[in-house]
Amino acid sequence: MAEGNSTLAVKDLKTYFFTKAGVVKAVDGVSFNVNQGQVMGLVGESGCGKSVTGFSILGLVDSPGQVINGRILFKGEDLVGLPEPRMQRLRGNRIAMIFQDPMMTLNPVLRIDTQMIEAIRTHEKVSRDQAWRRSRDTLGRIGIPSPEERLKAYPHQFSGGMRQRVSIAIALLHKPDLIIADEPTTALDVTIQGQILYEVQKLCRETSTALIWITHDLTVIAGLADTVCVMYAGKIVESGDVDPVLDEPLHPYTRGLIGSVPSHSRRGQPLPQIPGMTPPLLNLPDGCAFRPRCPRADDACMQMPDITSLLPEREVRCFHPHLQGAS
Amino acid sequence: MSVPLIELQNVTKRFVKTLDLAEKVANLLGAHIREEVVQAVDRVNLRVDTGEVVGLVGESGCGKSTIGRIVAGTLSPSDGTVLYRGQRVASMSPAEGRQAALKVQMIFQDPLASLNPRMRVRDIIGEAPRVHGLVGPSEVEAYVDDILLRVGLDPSYKQRYPHQFSGGQRQRIGVARALAVQPEFIVCDEAVAALDVSIQAQVLNLFMKLREELRLTYLFISHDIGVVEHLADRVAIMYLGRIVELAPTEDLFARPNHPYTQALLREVPRLDTRQHAFEPIKGEIPSPLDPPPGCHFHPRCPHAYKPCREQQPRLIEIAPERLCACYLNNGEGYSS
Repeated sequence: MAEGNSTLAVKDLKTYFFTKAGVVKAVDGVSFNVNQGQVMGLVGESGCGKSVTGFSILGLVDSPGQVINGRILFKGEDLVGLPEPRMQRLRGNRIAMIFQDPMMTLNPVLRIDTQMIEAIRTHEKVSRDQAWRRSRDTLGRIGIPSPEERLKAYPHQFSGGMRQRVSIAIALLHKPDLIIADEPTTALDVTIQGQILYEVQKLCRETSTALIWITHDLTVIAGLADTVCVMYAGKIVESGDVDPVLDEPLHPYTRGLIGSVPSHSRRGQPLPQIPGMTPPLLNLPDGCAFRPRCPRADDACMQMPDITSLLPEREVRCFHPHLQGAS
Repeated sequence: MSVPLIELQNVTKRFVKTLDLAEKVANLLGAHIREEVVQAVDRVNLRVDTGEVVGLVGESGCGKSTIGRIVAGTLSPSDGTVLYRGQRVASMSPAEGRQAALKVQMIFQDPLASLNPRMRVRDIIGEAPRVHGLVGPSEVEAYVDDILLRVGLDPSYKQRYPHQFSGGQRQRIGVARALAVQPEFIVCDEAVAALDVSIQAQVLNLFMKLREELRLTYLFISHDIGVVEHLADRVAIMYLGRIVELAPTEDLFARPNHPYTQALLREVPRLDTRQHAFEPIKGEIPSPLDPPPGCHFHPRCPHAYKPCREQQPRLIEIAPERLCACYLNNGEGYSS
């Protein structure tokens, strides 16, 4: 991976929450790299820290949470500890975020045009008229029919899929270099999800925007992403290009996740399930957090394994990866 | 052919929002406000045989949950009949009706919303069998232990409250509650939709294990086509209150016939389709308050022609065991 066109490089990021009950290590030493025009999938189950990773990049972690370590290099500029005014100029402008629930992004008492024009004029000195025209064009590009009319509507007058399109359009207004999408299609129907994935895919190709797609759904990642990082209990356990990771997963957790997805070939047979459940982040087991659920765990796993590069462009955090030839 | 366990004949369900006083007064003054009628289910015929798993797939608002509730007896149809073992549920005596209702149980999507937060697990599971006289008061404890073991929970947990469990465990409690009255038929309404992938696999495996052990019959309602494909023997595809296609699972996935089914299957993300160019079907699901005339799918259908806009196509047999409601099958034969 050439460093030259790297849009975002996260290095050893740690975001902890200092609660009364103890320190929750929501993100614990996460590193990854996203290049221009690349789609990275960040996959994991609830509570694995994937959303907090997204919030940390945007500097949106609230007390008692804190980014305590690491560097977030956005086009070479470190976002950790960046003064708030500078961060505000980047946020929503160069880096945009799309949330799962579009009602979180949209103000229910303002018309769409008000919100879009405001978003443009916050970052750029343009006339209301120019801003309106840009809003209309962006809405049209994301597949909203008759955008002139729809600009006058309020968020509650849209359907769920349309609302999500509006929030994606707002994220795109400034042609950002990086979009962080946090489960944006999880609440939508299959056909509507298909439409949105289609638009997003087209946009990334056309504008060479880097995209981080946070999801629990491996099947969406398979169709959309170039690279994938699998998270478990605050740490990345495996990363690499989509094809090798999904075809030959090295980490037992990735393997278990893929096995848990119902598919053609195993119709009617029991799914190879992962026993147990995700441990609470407050009370992680010693050593590898996946150890109690892992079929390959032994004494060595009482130590936390480091993330190592076993194959080119592949990283895995495991003492007993599923390597070809080795048992 | 044996008598089906559950059969719906021409079942229709309308929800009517009646006018309130202010609107009635406004109407007296000439405002012409009309009642809003949603035809949630429109003349649906569905048969579920003993021991079978029937999947019911559709997008939000297509009426699949309403069908589930009609089958489970918590809603009564506006029109049409529900038969339980060939007998009309509506004309059963109260005692018979109770027996039939007990044999059909339901599992819901959100276990936290469907479990009483102020009851201990022991009471959640043990109350119904005690009330219905399935077990005596002295045997309840042992009975509850037995059921908890069956769904894979430790019986020592029975003193706890629902909030003390994780999502997957709560769903198991919901399953245990349904099993406690010894049902023959279980309606699963999006029963795994709220669970994480690894937990979802565990619960799906539990459903299959119970099916074999207790010879259960399922109506499995889901928007997740992968899950339905995995579990079901036959699949019904719904669109805006109507069943548009009904077929054995393997046939349906190998050769979808209805344009909506084809589009739906194409859109489903799968593990083995990589960097796939998404080709979405256009448009939105129309509002059930004001469905389009003719075939409900015609505004989004790439093959729609004149009759589709005028008259509703009937669900006809296009091959043995395969039903489809589409005019493209008239004359042009069976092709996909």
